[in-house]
Amino acid sequence: MKKDYSEVINKIDEVASKIYNDFEKIEIPSLNLPTRTKANIKFSDKYNVWKYGTSITERSAKSLDGAYMLLRTMYMVDFIKEMIKINKSSTLREMYYISEGWELAKFHSQQESNLLAEDLEVITSCMREDFKLRPEEDGARVIGNVTIEEVTRNNTKKEIHCQDDVGDAGYSIPYNVEPEKITFKNFDADFVIAIETGGMFDRLAENNFDTSNRAILVHLKGQPARSTRRFIKRLCSEKNIPVLVFTDCDPWSYRIFASIAYGAIKTAHISEYLATPSSQYLGVTPSDIENYDLPTDSLTKEDINALKSELTDPRFQDSFWKGEIKLQLKLGKKSEQQALAKYGLDYVTDTYLPEKLTEMGILKK
Amino acid sequence: MQNSPRRGGNILTKITAHELAKKQKEISVAEFFERNKHILGFGNQTRALITSVKEGVDNGLDACEEANILPYLYVEIKNHDDGECRVIVEDNGPGVVKQQIPHIFGRLLYGSRFHAIRQSRGQQGIGISAVVLYGQLTTGKHAKITSKVEEDRPAVVTELVIDTNKNRAEVINRDTVHWDKPTGTRIEVSIIADFKRGKKYVYDYLQSTSIVNPHAQIIYREPDGTEHIFERTSEVLPRKSIEIKPHPYGVELGTLIKMAKHTKARQLNSFLKTEFSSMGDRTTNAAIEKAGLEKTMKPTELTREQFLALNKAFGKVKIMAPSMDCLSPIGETLIKRSLKHETKEISPEFIITASRPAAVYSGQPFQIEVGLVYGGNLPKEEPVKILRFANRVPLLYQQGGCVITQAITSIDWRRYGLSQPAGKGIPTGPAIFLTHVSSTLIPFTSESKEAIADVNEIENEIKLAFRECARKVQHHIHKEVKRAKTREKFDLITKILPEIAKKSADMLNKPVPSLDRVITKIMDVVWIEDLIEYEKVDRAPVQTTLTDELHEEHKGGTITKSRILVVNYKRNPQKFNLYAIIPEDAVVGTVTPTPTKIANNYIKWKLDTIPPANKLDVNFELAGLEKGDFDENDLYIENINPAFVIGADKWEGE
Repeated sequence: MKKDYSEVINKIDEVASKIYNDFEKIEIPSLNLPTRTKANIKFSDKYNVWKYGTSITERSAKSLDGAYMLLRTMYMVDFIKEMIKINKSSTLREMYYISEGWELAKFHSQQESNLLAEDLEVITSCMREDFKLRPEEDGARVIGNVTIEEVTRNNTKKEIHCQDDVGDAGYSIPYNVEPEKITFKNFDADFVIAIETGGMFDRLAENNFDTSNRAILVHLKGQPARSTRRFIKRLCSEKNIPVLVFTDCDPWSYRIFASIAYGAIKTAHISEYLATPSSQYLGVTPSDIENYDLPTDSLTKEDINALKSELTDPRFQDSFWKGEIKLQLKLGKKSEQQALAKYGLDYVTDTYLPEKLTEMGILKK
Repeated sequence: MQNSPRRGGNILTKITAHELAKKQKEISVAEFFERNKHILGFGNQTRALITSVKEGVDNGLDACEEANILPYLYVEIKNHDDGECRVIVEDNGPGVVKQQIPHIFGRLLYGSRFHAIRQSRGQQGIGISAVVLYGQLTTGKHAKITSKVEEDRPAVVTELVIDTNKNRAEVINRDTVHWDKPTGTRIEVSIIADFKRGKKYVYDYLQSTSIVNPHAQIIYREPDGTEHIFERTSEVLPRKSIEIKPHPYGVELGTLIKMAKHTKARQLNSFLKTEFSSMGDRTTNAAIEKAGLEKTMKPTELTREQFLALNKAFGKVKIMAPSMDCLSPIGETLIKRSLKHETKEISPEFIITASRPAAVYSGQPFQIEVGLVYGGNLPKEEPVKILRFANRVPLLYQQGGCVITQAITSIDWRRYGLSQPAGKGIPTGPAIFLTHVSSTLIPFTSESKEAIADVNEIENEIKLAFRECARKVQHHIHKEVKRAKTREKFDLITKILPEIAKKSADMLNKPVPSLDRVITKIMDVVWIEDLIEYEKVDRAPVQTTLTDELHEEHKGGTITKSRILVVNYKRNPQKFNLYAIIPEDAVVGTVTPTPTKIANNYIKWKLDTIPPANKLDVNFELAGLEKGDFDENDLYIENINPAFVIGADKWEGE
């Protein structure tokens, strides 16, 4: 499926026009975009996810930093336009290296260029994919009873069954998971279970949890990439099945859940594409530490600060999260998914998950 | 005494006062020294080496300066394995006439400067003869003095020893030789000394000497042939100190009585006016009145009580500070230049100096000058290096017991960004602190002249000088930060903004838009930028205030050119006054546009109205400075909101 980029080019030219017109009107050149911080995310009733609110950040040539930002933006849009013209794409990292040739506009770290690419998405309401920019392959994996039809680089369609056609590592999620790239064909499962660590993903795969419990296993690989979140979102909304998030028991893992369920702060402009509002947190919860008597580590100073910050994060304001976070601060402890191995390798699949899933009403007794 | 009980006293024969008197006799100074070497700084073999070099160098510098000759000193040490060193110091001074050589080099307490109230290095006339004496005591060898007083006459070589009983020189041999020098003196003394240990100190001493004597060229040759050259950085001799009369403040009662006894004045008022400095009719009358005495009283007939009243009355009358002609401070420009020269390899961030007006303690005028070197390769974790000087002579020992150290350690340096545990003691940081005390009489703690005594007035002045210095440091740092910001803005409007405009135009295939008015909008300030350049000139630069009349035969010099660019980036026309600070010892050359005022230390302009986006050039030239002496403009503005201006501060008045 060949994509039409004329709209993207229009949007990009609008950015350049804005700056050019500022000069003509004897205004200090500037670009406005929503403030991309925790303080400026609001719940969208329309999409059921968290989106940027109304506060606006101005990138203005008045300050040196602002001027550099505008110059880099100019270079970046020019580069994107060029890529569209010659029908190429580049990774974010490649763009960072290409910026070496941009003289004054060159980036000092890839972090800077990634952020600017996101800014540009926000400003133009386009997606990174529209800019022909892609992340590094992150290789998040899937195992379960689903057949995926993928358009390969040779432009042929290939069907992959995520149990029979894959090895132990599972199906690797590509960076582009839009309908022009993949479609879900045969599907027979009851729920998706998204797992933070590779070790736990492999444990569930080895114990055949996908077949025994009719589950789709998705490995999140830490903070999940956009494509992983988008994949889960599509799978959930197209097949209408619940998503359960299974992570370690620490503040960073709760943020993983939040980015899947509510939308991440950094990508709040596209939350409706990425977030799965119906997803539920399975564990490990601070209550589980007590109920299952799990091995623990003490919270570090950073952990405590992160937990406190979550108490003021608008996404964590429901009674479940408030209760669990306060309990954890009281315990002063954190734990890992794999701590469940205390009771044996099969404990997680034979006891913990069935108990939790039953409790949550996913499995019937 | 006789009635008091004695323990076993009756065994001994009683000795009468008459018998005792037979043993009582004058001790020759030379003999006294023989037994008390440490008092004069010959306490051990390391100290002996440094003291010997120091006395030779002091002597040489004093001789040159008195004769208005720019000093050129040659110092050499030859080392023998048996611990004997031969110290040679040669100067290009006026030389010493044949008859005086035995007195000056072979007699202790002989000199011309002891009774004079004016600044000089040596005072007591002990120094160089003490070296001769130490040499003969430790090696048994004669001192050899070569001296030439006239260009077309041969030099006289005198070998002498000191007869310690008589405190007189004994000339062993006298000869005449040919010497290339027009005039000069060379002394060679063999002493027992520890060169290995003293090596570093000798070097430090000569380097320090060079810092506070920028007009001297010193060449130092070590035993292994290594030659160090401490270069002359000023072609101008220090102002000659002039002998003055005692100042009434702090004059001691005994001195006052003695002066009254010897005065030729017949009346008290004329005695006070003629024998003391700073005493006019008004102050004389006020002092006499406060003391309850009469103008017409005969000074020789006053009673002790009346002298006491007079002495106390001095303290109650406001008397002008003594004339500072008796002092010869180095001057901030020269201190800065010297420090810059000597710390070249350290590449310090900045060098800041401060000098206090002259003050008085115990009737003796004194003046404090300080310098501060900061940053560069100086060690960050070590205590700051303290350089102490008294009348242009470095003090190397007894740092802890010196009023300079005491003053420095009592300042809380933490306020100024140096670390100092508990706000006391020598601070830690990458800095060198220089202090120069000049006085008609330096109150040394001992005759070895290694530390200055704890005199309140001196300590306070040193503290004030360092506080001023520290304030200047803060000002400097503040200015640097401002400058960095200015440079940022400059980058913004000159590089980045044009690029943004060009890129947006390119993408849209449109002509590049004009930037001028957008720049004005972004800047919204009056922007002042400056540049300092130096130009070598062949002709003599404009007359310098530093130059002695004797040293006008300058071959050429450096003109310091300061160029100031004022740009109005405000949207409205601007009109204001501009001030540029200039060193007091510089002479102002061409100034454009025509200034409103040229004061001792600043130039003032009432600038014409500058329309928006317009520029104005302001230039001035300074003569009488070396390259680098003036390396930073200090600019101030008046009659404009200081917040509208980058590159200059608000003028707070003089």
